[in-house]
Amino acid sequence: MTVVERREIALVDLLDRLLAGGVVITGDVTLRIADVDLVRIDLNALISSVNAQVPSPFDIPASIPGAITPSTPRTEESP
Amino acid sequence: MTGLRYVYAVCRPLGAPLQAQLTGVAGAPVKQLPHQGLIAVVSEVPERDFAEEPLRAHLEDLDWLAATARAHQGVIDALTVVTTPLPLRLATVFRDDSAVRCMMQAKEEHFRSTLQRLEGRVEWGVKVYLETEPAEATAAAPPTGKAASGRDYLRRRRQQTRAHEDLWQRAEAFATQLHEKLSALAEDSRLHAPQTAVLSGAAGRNVLNAAYLVPRARSEEFVEVVDRTKDDAPGLRVELTGPWAAYSFVGELPGEEA
Repeated sequence: MTVVERREIALVDLLDRLLAGGVVITGDVTLRIADVDLVRIDLNALISSVNAQVPSPFDIPASIPGAITPSTPRTEESP
Repeated sequence: MTGLRYVYAVCRPLGAPLQAQLTGVAGAPVKQLPHQGLIAVVSEVPERDFAEEPLRAHLEDLDWLAATARAHQGVIDALTVVTTPLPLRLATVFRDDSAVRCMMQAKEEHFRSTLQRLEGRVEWGVKVYLETEPAEATAAAPPTGKAASGRDYLRRRRQQTRAHEDLWQRAEAFATQLHEKLSALAEDSRLHAPQTAVLSGAAGRNVLNAAYLVPRARSEEFVEVVDRTKDDAPGLRVELTGPWAAYSFVGELPGEEA
């Protein structure tokens, strides 16, 4: 495998650029994206989503406590 | 037209048409909105999802955020094939076409100078991971029973700590060296915050998360250099992503807050 092998872009790499990069313009919808703290996103939802949508080339999901498998319906819990 | 306008990017007029079936966020078709020799790439989005309050709520919903981010990136990717786009931050939304035109009018000068600077450049992402934690590896040997004395125990602890520090220093030295080497090949570079393993789902600890602005013509060379270094450091892993539109190098426009 080479490092340039194409695979689906990891969500976290995408968010590094889409939430921290890009031209900042105040639109008519005056939401400051900086206000949206990723930490507030439910961690379980995050993990299940990472597992379901961004299959990691590495074998990690089982080692994460509280990870929800993709087949399990997601539940909303506060962190 | 009753929806709001989601703006993906600003670019020079396209030399080639966009893919006919290109859709953006919310599955809406993407269109070009020309204004004084530049174009905004926009699509219509429903007010019920993209007005301030619903948008704020949606952005904390990871599934929604992921779908929107991927749709946004899909449009930027399509643009990157035919031009050098100036990507806007996720969820830049205007009331209607004329509000978009007003914005373009106000920012025209900056759009032009930034487009000029980025023309023919792409962004590459390079991350370095520390794959193993030696302290954990040695700690895996059963600590019980073997520690014949307190002195033995302390010596073992000290060795573990030292091994750990050595690896960290090696990782840091490697990352610093790689960053210097790549910065020399690139026109510009940015350091992003290291990613947490929980967010990325990647194995190991992220010690370098950098972006490099590289002319297309020099990209092959850049990729080769990254590719070559990945075997240089046992216990470390180098990952390359890209080419991206120059998200990390468009910066802030004057008068806009972060």
